[in-house]
Amino acid sequence: MEQIILFAPLVGAIVGGFGWRIISEKGAQALTTGLLFLACALSWITFLTFDGTTKHIEILRFISSGSLDTFWAIRLDRLTAIMLIVVTSVSALVHLYSWGYMAHDENWTAEEPYKARFFAYLSFFTFAMLALVTSDNLVQMFFGWEGVGVASYLLIGFYYKKPSANAAAIKAFVVNRVGDFGFALGIFALFFLVDSIDFDTVFSHAPDLAKTNLTFLWTQWNAADLIGVLLFVGASGKSAQLFLHTWLPDAMEGPTPVSALIHAATMVTAGVFLVCRMSPLYEFAPDAKALVLVMGASTAFFAATVGLVQNDIKRVIAYSTCSQLGYMFAAAGSGVYGVAMFHLLTHAFFKAMLFLGAGSVITAMHHEQDMRHYGGLRKKIPFTFWMMMIGTLAITGVGIPFSAEIFGVPIGFAGFVSKDAIIESTYASGSMYGFWLLVIAAAFTSFYSWRLMFMTFYGQPKGGSSHGADAHGHDDHAHGHGHDDHGHGDHGHGHSAYDHAHESPLVMLIPLGLLAIGAVFGGMLGYNAFFGNEHAMAGFFALGEHAVPGQGAIFMGADNHVLEHAHESPAWVSLSPFVAMLLGFVVALKMYILSPDLPARLAATNRPLYEFLLNKWYFDEIYTAVFIKPAMAIGRLFWKKGDGDVIDGTINGVALGIVPWFTRLAGRAQSGYLFHYAFAMVIGIGVLMTWMTLTGGAH
Amino acid sequence: MGNLLSLVTFIPAVAAAILALFLRGSDEASARNAKWLALAATVLTFLVSLKLLFGFDPHAAGFQFVEERTWIAGLHYKMGVDGLSVLFVMLTTALMPLTIGACWTVESRVKEYMIAFLVLETLMLGTFAALDLVLFYLFFEAGLIPMFLIIGIWGGQNRIYAAFKFFLYTFLGSVLMLVAMIAMYVQAGTTDIPTLLAFKFSAGPLHLMGWQIAGGVQTLLWLAFFASFAVKMPMWPVHTWLPDAHVQAPTAGSVVLAAILLKMGGYGFLRFSLPMFPVASHLLGPLVFWMSAIAIVYTSLVALVQEDMKKLIAYSSVAHMGYVTMGLFAANQQGIDGAIFQMLSHGFVSGALFLCVGVVYDRMHTREISAYGGLVNRMPKYALVFMFFTMANVGLPGTSGFVGEFLTLMGIFQVNTWVAAVATTGVIFSASYALWLYRRVTLGALVKEALKSITDMDLREKVIFAPLVAMTLLLGVYPSLVTDITGPAVAALVQSYHTQVAEAAQAAAPTQLAQN
Repeated sequence: MEQIILFAPLVGAIVGGFGWRIISEKGAQALTTGLLFLACALSWITFLTFDGTTKHIEILRFISSGSLDTFWAIRLDRLTAIMLIVVTSVSALVHLYSWGYMAHDENWTAEEPYKARFFAYLSFFTFAMLALVTSDNLVQMFFGWEGVGVASYLLIGFYYKKPSANAAAIKAFVVNRVGDFGFALGIFALFFLVDSIDFDTVFSHAPDLAKTNLTFLWTQWNAADLIGVLLFVGASGKSAQLFLHTWLPDAMEGPTPVSALIHAATMVTAGVFLVCRMSPLYEFAPDAKALVLVMGASTAFFAATVGLVQNDIKRVIAYSTCSQLGYMFAAAGSGVYGVAMFHLLTHAFFKAMLFLGAGSVITAMHHEQDMRHYGGLRKKIPFTFWMMMIGTLAITGVGIPFSAEIFGVPIGFAGFVSKDAIIESTYASGSMYGFWLLVIAAAFTSFYSWRLMFMTFYGQPKGGSSHGADAHGHDDHAHGHGHDDHGHGDHGHGHSAYDHAHESPLVMLIPLGLLAIGAVFGGMLGYNAFFGNEHAMAGFFALGEHAVPGQGAIFMGADNHVLEHAHESPAWVSLSPFVAMLLGFVVALKMYILSPDLPARLAATNRPLYEFLLNKWYFDEIYTAVFIKPAMAIGRLFWKKGDGDVIDGTINGVALGIVPWFTRLAGRAQSGYLFHYAFAMVIGIGVLMTWMTLTGGAH
Repeated sequence: MGNLLSLVTFIPAVAAAILALFLRGSDEASARNAKWLALAATVLTFLVSLKLLFGFDPHAAGFQFVEERTWIAGLHYKMGVDGLSVLFVMLTTALMPLTIGACWTVESRVKEYMIAFLVLETLMLGTFAALDLVLFYLFFEAGLIPMFLIIGIWGGQNRIYAAFKFFLYTFLGSVLMLVAMIAMYVQAGTTDIPTLLAFKFSAGPLHLMGWQIAGGVQTLLWLAFFASFAVKMPMWPVHTWLPDAHVQAPTAGSVVLAAILLKMGGYGFLRFSLPMFPVASHLLGPLVFWMSAIAIVYTSLVALVQEDMKKLIAYSSVAHMGYVTMGLFAANQQGIDGAIFQMLSHGFVSGALFLCVGVVYDRMHTREISAYGGLVNRMPKYALVFMFFTMANVGLPGTSGFVGEFLTLMGIFQVNTWVAAVATTGVIFSASYALWLYRRVTLGALVKEALKSITDMDLREKVIFAPLVAMTLLLGVYPSLVTDITGPAVAALVQSYHTQVAEAAQAAAPTQLAQN
C-alpha cells in the first residue's frame, strides 16, 4: 500500500506529462488527479490504522560504496504518516482546484497546450515530496529534498515567457542550494562519524555524538551540535528562514495553486520535518537546538513585520507562511517536536485554504493581485469570503482561552490551538527572547490578516479611476516600491474587474470547503495527541517507557521537561497570544474600516520605517551588492586576468614563441597539410619510443 | 575468445583502414557510405564489448581478458582490464556510435573525418586496456593526433590556434611522463604494468643536489606523471587549453574530448599515480586537493560570466573534473568510487550538453548565448532534453551527476574538511551558471527574428539523445551498476595504498628517532 501511495503520483506525472497527446489534456488532468485522490485515500487509511511500530520497506539498492550502503526505502512511522496525509490531502485538493484555476489562462495563446504540463509538474512534485517524507536514510531524503526543489523551480517558472518568473525560479533554486550546501556537509559529517546515514544507526549513535569532538574548518566542535547546525542550514533554505528566506516571496510568480501546495502547505515545511525527524540528534545538541529556537522566533517576527505593509495579496500570505514556519522551528527548538508537527499540520490546512481563497479572489478579479484595487468583494464572492474568513480566524488564533480546563480540549480554530501550544512551550523552555518575539508576531499576524480581509472584502470597490486608491487613503502613497508589478495603466480595469467579478466554479470551491473542515476542527481533534495529554502523545508517537533515541517517531530526552512545564504555564502566558490577537484585530479595524486615512498618515510620519518594511528590510538589495555582483566581477577577473593574462601568459610565454611559428606555417598551407605534420609526429613518437626501449632495455 | 579485447580495440581501426584503402571518390554517395560504415563499425564494437562487460567478474582479483604477445623489437603487446578500467572501455564503445551519429551533417572531407574518429576510438580503447608501459604511452600520445586533426581541419575559425594549443599543452605535459617511464623501467626492469603495480618504488628520502626530497624516487616519478595527467584532466591552472579547444572543435569532436579524452587523465592517476606511488600520492595529496577545490570555485565563477555556450560548458567540465581529482586522492572507497562514477557520468552528461549546443549550432551557426532566447516556444522537446542534462550537470539526485559529486565530497570530508567545505560550494555555483545559461537560451518569449523559423529536434537527434538520457537516469537511480564493478578493485587499491603509506611512515619513524 505504501508503495502505491509513493508511486501513484510518479506514474501520473510520467503518463500525464509525456502521454497527454495520446490521452488528451483532459485525460492527463483526470489521470493525475485520480491517482492523487487514490494516494490520498490510502494515506488516510494508513494514518488511521497505523499502530505506531516503525516499518521499513526496502525497494531498491541506492548508493553503495564500501561501508556506505543505502536503499531506496520507505520508513513508515508516525511522522511519516502525518506527512503522508498532509501532502496527499493538500495535493489532491490542489489538483482538483487547478481544474478550475488553470482552465483559462491569458498567459498562453489558444493553441499552446499547458495544462498537462502543469498537472504533471504538480504530480511530480508530490512524488518527490513523498520520497522525502518516507525516506529511511539521509541520502534518499536529499533526493526528495532536491526533487521538490526542481519541481518548485519548474512551477515557479511555469510562465516561462515572463522574465520575472524565470528570475524567481532561478533564485528559488539557487538559494535552496545554499541551504543544501549545509545539508550535504551535515550528511558527510554524520557518515564520517557514524559510518552510516541510515536513520536508525544515526539515532542510536546520537548519545555518542554528543561526547565526540570534530575538527571542522578552523576549530573543534561538539559533533552533535555541528551536525545539528549544518542540517539546520539546509532546513533554513527549504523552509525560508531568516537570511535564506528571500526566495519565498518571489516564488509567488508561480500559479496560485502552486503557492498553496508547495510554498505554503508542503515543501516549505520540509525543513521543520527534517528537524523533527532528527529529534534524537537535536536532543543531544543543546546549542544547535537553541539556534533553531532563536532563528525560528526571529523569522516569525521579521516576516510578520514585512507582511504588515505588503500590497500584493499573495505576498502578504507568503510572508505569513514564512512567519508561521518560524513558529514551527521555535517549537522544535524548544524541544517539543510534537507541537512543531501539530502546527505544521494545522497550518497546512488553513494556509492552503488562504492561498486557494486568494486564488479564487484573483480569478474573480481577472488576475489582479494588488489589494489596493480590491474592496467590497464580500457581496460579489460570498463563498470565497466566508472561506477566507475561516482561514483568517484560524491563522490569527481565535478561540476561547482556558477552555481546555473545562472541556479537556481548547475550543477554537486550528491555529488557536497549535499556536498557543507553541507560545506556551517556548515560554516553558525558558527563552524569553523567543516567547516575546512570538507574542509580538502573533499581534502582527492578526493585523496583517485582518488588513487583508478588510482591504479585499470590505469598503468600497476601488480602482475605478487612477485616483481610486488615493481617495481611500491607503498606505500606497509611498512610491518607489519595486515590487509593484502593476503599472498605473492597470488601474483602468479595476472597476470593471469588480463589476465582472464572479464566484469561482465548483471545482475550486469544494477544495476550499474541505480544507475549511481541517482549519476549524484540526486543532481540537489533534490537541491531545500532539500536545495536551502526555499519555495520549506517548501512544501516538510510540514513545517508549524509557527515552531511547530512535525508538518512536520523535525523541525527547529524559531531561526534556518542556512539555510538562508548558502545561503548567502561568495564566498570563496562556492568555498573551489571545490578547495579541485581539490587539491586532482592533488596530486593523481602526485603520482599515473606521478611519481609512490613518495608514497613509502613519506611513508619511514614519517614512523611514515604512520604507524599510516595504522593501523587506533590504535583504535583496544587500545580497545583490554583497554576493551576486562580486561573484560576477570575480568571475570576470579570473577569466580575463587569471586565465587570460596570468596562466596563458605564463605558460604560453614559452609556447607562444612556437605557436605563431607553427600557425604561420600552417596558415600558409591549406589544412590538408596538417596531415603531414600529424603523421610526422606519429612517426617521430614511434621512432623515439623504439629507440628508448631498445637502448634502455638491452638486458 | 582469447583475443576479445584486441578485437574490440581494433574493429574501428580495421574499419578506418577499409575506408582509407577501398572507398574512393568524394561524391555524396561515398560520403554516405563512409558514414554508414563508420556507424556500423562503432555499433559492432559496442556489441562485441558487451561480451566484455557481461563476462567480467568484479570479484576476481587482478586483470581479466589478458592477452600477451611479443611484438617488434622485444616490446610486449599486453592488454587486459580490471574493475578500474573496464567501464572506461564500455564508456568509449557506447559513446562512439552516438558521436558518429552527431557527425551526420558534416559535409567536408567526410571520409577523412570518419577515419579520424575510428582511429581515435581504437587509440582510446587501447589506452584503457594497455597493460604495458610502452603500449600505454603509444596509445595515450597517439590519441592526440586524430583529435588535433579533428579540431584543426573541421573546427571553427580559430581552429589552428586552438589545435596547436591543445597539442602543445598535452604533448609537453607528456614529455616528463616519458622520462618517468624510462626511469621506472630502469628501476623495475620491466614495462609490464601488473608487475609494476606489485613493485615497490623506493620512497626513502632522496638527496639531490643538496636538496632533500621527501618521498624520494616516488615523488619524482609522481610529479612527472602528474604533469601529463593534470594537463589532460585538465586541472587548474593548466586548464586553459580546454575552453579554446572546445570552442573551436566541431560538435562531435567536443563530445569525444569532454566525454572520453579527459577521462584518460583520471584513468592515468588511477592506474599509475595512486597504486604505484602511494607514498608520494599521500605526501602530495593536499596539493591535489587544493588545486581541485580552487578549480571548482574558480572555473565555476568563470563559467558564470561566459558569453559562449561551449565555453561555459567547457569551464563547467573543468569544475566537474575537480571533483574527480579530489576524490581520487582522498584515497578512500567513497572518494575513488565517486571519482570513477563522476568520470563516467560526466561522459554521458557533458557529451549530451555539447550535443545540445550542437543542435542549435547546426541551425543557427552561432554559439553566442545572446543570439538565443525563448527556444522553448518552438523547440519544446529540445528544451526538455536540455533541461534534463542541465539538471544532471547541476548534480540533481536521481541523475548520475549527483552520485559522483556526493561520493567524492563524502570521501574528501573524511580527509580534509576545509577542502570539503570549499568544494561543496560548487553545488551552489553549478546551479547558478547552469540555470542562468538555460534561462538565456531557452526561456522567455521568442522575440529574435532569426529564431522564428527554428525547428525542433529531428528523429536522428532524438535517437542520439535517448540512450544518453536513459544512462543518466539509470546510473542515477541504480548506481550500484557501477559501484558493484569498481568496488572490489577500488577496495584492493585502497588497502594496498594505506598499507604502503603506513609502512613508509614506520620506516621513516626510526630514522627520525635516531636523528634526535
